[in-house]
Amino acid sequence: MAPIAQELLDEVALSRAEYEAIIDRLGREPNELEIGLFGALWSEHCGYKHTKALLRTLPNTSDRLLVAPGAENAGVVDIGDGYAVAFKIESHNHPSAVEPYEGAATGVGGIVRDILAMGARPMALMNSLRFGPPTDERQRYLLSGVVSGISGYGNCIGVPNVGGEVVFDASYAGNPLVNAMCVGIIEGGKVMSARADAPGDLLVLVGAKTGRDGIHGASGLASRTFEEQAELRSTVQVGNPFLEKVLIEACLEAIELPGVVGMQDCGAAGITSAAVEMAERSELGINIDVAKVPRRENEMSPYEVMLSESQERMLLAVKPGAEERLFDLFEKWDIDAAIIGTFEADNQVVVSEGAWQASSTPVVTLTDAPEYQFNSPKPDWLAELQSFDLVGLPDLEITPNEALLKLLASPNIASKHTVWRQYDHQVQNNTVIAPGGDAALLRIQGTQRALGVSTDGNGRLVYLNPRVGSAIAVAETCRNLACVGAEPVALTDGLNFGNPETPDIQYQLQEAIAGISEAASAFGIPVVSGNASLYNESAGSAVQPTPIIGALGVLENVERHARSAFQDDGDAVIVIGTDTPWDTFDGLAGSEALAVFHGTIAGQPKLDLDLETKVQTLCRSLIGGDLLKSAHDVSHGGLAVAVVESAVQGNIGVTIQHDDPVTDWLSALFGESQSRIVATCDDDDVDAVLRIASEAKVSATQVGTVGGDYVRVANVVNLPLATIADVWLNSFERATSG
Amino acid sequence: MKFGIVVFPGSWSERDMHYAVADVLGYPAEYVWHRATSLNNFDAILLPGGFSYGDHLRCGAIAAHSPVMAAVKDFANNGGFVFGSCNGFQILCETGLLPGALIRNDHLEFRCEPGNLRVESSRTPFTSQYADGDVVAMPISHGEGNYQADDETLAMLESDGRVIFRYVDEDNEATPEANPNGSLNNIAGITNEAGNVLGMMPHPERACESLLGSSDGNPLWQSIVVAVDGGG
Repeated sequence: MAPIAQELLDEVALSRAEYEAIIDRLGREPNELEIGLFGALWSEHCGYKHTKALLRTLPNTSDRLLVAPGAENAGVVDIGDGYAVAFKIESHNHPSAVEPYEGAATGVGGIVRDILAMGARPMALMNSLRFGPPTDERQRYLLSGVVSGISGYGNCIGVPNVGGEVVFDASYAGNPLVNAMCVGIIEGGKVMSARADAPGDLLVLVGAKTGRDGIHGASGLASRTFEEQAELRSTVQVGNPFLEKVLIEACLEAIELPGVVGMQDCGAAGITSAAVEMAERSELGINIDVAKVPRRENEMSPYEVMLSESQERMLLAVKPGAEERLFDLFEKWDIDAAIIGTFEADNQVVVSEGAWQASSTPVVTLTDAPEYQFNSPKPDWLAELQSFDLVGLPDLEITPNEALLKLLASPNIASKHTVWRQYDHQVQNNTVIAPGGDAALLRIQGTQRALGVSTDGNGRLVYLNPRVGSAIAVAETCRNLACVGAEPVALTDGLNFGNPETPDIQYQLQEAIAGISEAASAFGIPVVSGNASLYNESAGSAVQPTPIIGALGVLENVERHARSAFQDDGDAVIVIGTDTPWDTFDGLAGSEALAVFHGTIAGQPKLDLDLETKVQTLCRSLIGGDLLKSAHDVSHGGLAVAVVESAVQGNIGVTIQHDDPVTDWLSALFGESQSRIVATCDDDDVDAVLRIASEAKVSATQVGTVGGDYVRVANVVNLPLATIADVWLNSFERATSG
Repeated sequence: MKFGIVVFPGSWSERDMHYAVADVLGYPAEYVWHRATSLNNFDAILLPGGFSYGDHLRCGAIAAHSPVMAAVKDFANNGGFVFGSCNGFQILCETGLLPGALIRNDHLEFRCEPGNLRVESSRTPFTSQYADGDVVAMPISHGEGNYQADDETLAMLESDGRVIFRYVDEDNEATPEANPNGSLNNIAGITNEAGNVLGMMPHPERACESLLGSSDGNPLWQSIVVAVDGGG
């Protein structure tokens, strides 16, 4: 027999060695359909070939954990008062690069169904976006398309979109990142499982009819480098948010019916991945008759039906005899429901079309994708970048006032309210802190509790030091929660990296996951779900390694929260985490100031996890004690920008004065050293705040006073609030509207 | 007194309305499925925001021909109180229960943000618990809330005092900057000629608790209860 053609293997992104392994395990050549099944299930997207071993090292235990990481579609944590929360982040990078509106829209749809599959009502969305510089017309097109897609889909399904991030860097120009996170709530502990109960259980497909859209989405778009995708536009799925909304309501009703035992979303690799994963979890086989699948196109082959990624579909496992009431329910909602198979006692995946059997393959052979381990050395170029001399930077030709205004105008720092206002962030009546705060805060109706939700990631810092940069992503997203008063209870990670077959990317991956692990352990919280998006490259150049960390926090008394806006004239400004407001040269590593004023990304990021956890615990306890009137994380743009943001949001000026003179104003004002929070309190409470900080062994220093209509920082910055507000509030729109 | 809250497949404000009316204020409220043909059990009907049947043709255009809207028309024509917000307002215009039309926002984007409204008249069943000229905070969340009508209709609405809510700034001025969508005369909400049907783009059900930013929507529901129960 002639060896299989390379083009056929390329079409499903299997290597020749992987193909040989399939023959070895089957004891025969796979047929055409099986090649498609293996291609999908062994894709990086479904099979986690390059990350499985690393992901196992992440912390995965917690008293709050109800569903362990990896066991189901998303991890589930107990948040108290009889409520549980499922949450997860997922990428849709390559589809969004090819077709930004539908790519982003179906990214939202996909993550919502992951959460729905747990039996949870989706209650919040966030998204984390990365593009190349908006000075380029194509980047503005991508941004506008992605935001419209998120808005168009998310606003229709009745789930509030409560924020996220939009960041620009040249490394994302050929390969934007679109990560969407969904948080869902389960009342009464009734978590759904994506598994059948016993042989004879029925496999029911509900939702959209199946078409030819999205075939090879998992193995193609998600598992190859970008230049191979030029003609892959047809593999991007098209979303129908109205159907998704109806599907959410119908599925949440369906799981209340007796005999509905399991639920699973159809995501990447469609019915193939969904049904085979259900069979694997159930330790059963499955027979699927593709002739029973409702279709919107004629003459689809079993291959096409099995690999279609048509959106808005779910699979249910149902006890025989329970299907009638289920069909009635879906008829009420005008949604198709069809029995397309049965679970069987053998451990075979059998695909038939009517009486004709198209394939019969052992479950374990399909699901046990190869696992690649690596231990790659630190690249030499990285050591060079890390030792960059931040002290000996050339002097700038501009004044601190001009520098502050220039930084505030950077699209990475300017307010993103023109993006957030395109998202419905209030529906469901829970949004206490809307997009634009450090974290979003959503109360749980009928309780005193609230959930804090945040995402964070800093590709530049991870690029400069994958381990420390990733730990910083965890620390910062948890710090965002601390600034609203919420205690982190679980994390989800969206790993966006380049081609994992190259040593430099392998080094980034292994170090990044180690860093996430270290930080999560320091906070004592598990990583309950996540997603790996690899091959984010174009023209041979990888994106900055960008783990996006989503954090879920619990606030027991929703009344005791804080916001980032300054409140009242005369309030004292206190910096928590340091004994001087002025940062050192070290803080310029990977900073926005270094990129904007010196055109470089270099230096060695640093993080002290012991200090970090203490700072966050202190901040939460001060907010819980009703002592703080505002709290804001110091991040992009350093202390000066943090102070400006709080001032503009509160529409009140501020004066920062300190005994230490400002030397080297660039680092002093704009350094981005970690573990710092700008807080305010009533003037009468300053002593109490400083005393509690001292008891907690955390530096905290009064550095200024809120009031007036100027922003003054020592003797170097002195600008009218109105000028600053105009630049910070309007620059993003100016930069992105062309 | 019982509120009926209509549920189309793509509605998403029905639960928020139920929360505001029943959980916050304690009034009886029930959902009404879009296939319902009778509204005999209800004293007031609420049409929520959302995308009814997907709004593929024109917002509210298909909903206007649904079974429940035939019943809502009868209910309104018999003097029943009907309130619609957001998609509910669009549907009321599409059915002809209210004049004019809601088209795409002039800036072509969806807009979700807090805003201020002036209560132009407290002499309606929906606004008696406000005072004339009150400035109230209620958010908007829509892509197609740009109110348009022909000159004659607009003149009639204004002269008959049927413009009930108008977008204003913090100083109670109906400026172009305070207008979030391009609506004529900053119109946010209007009534029918008989005064028993009110449609508005903003979301009073989202302004139900100070924790969420405003409780200025509550007097609207209280007004309806007063109108039905005569203050009882």
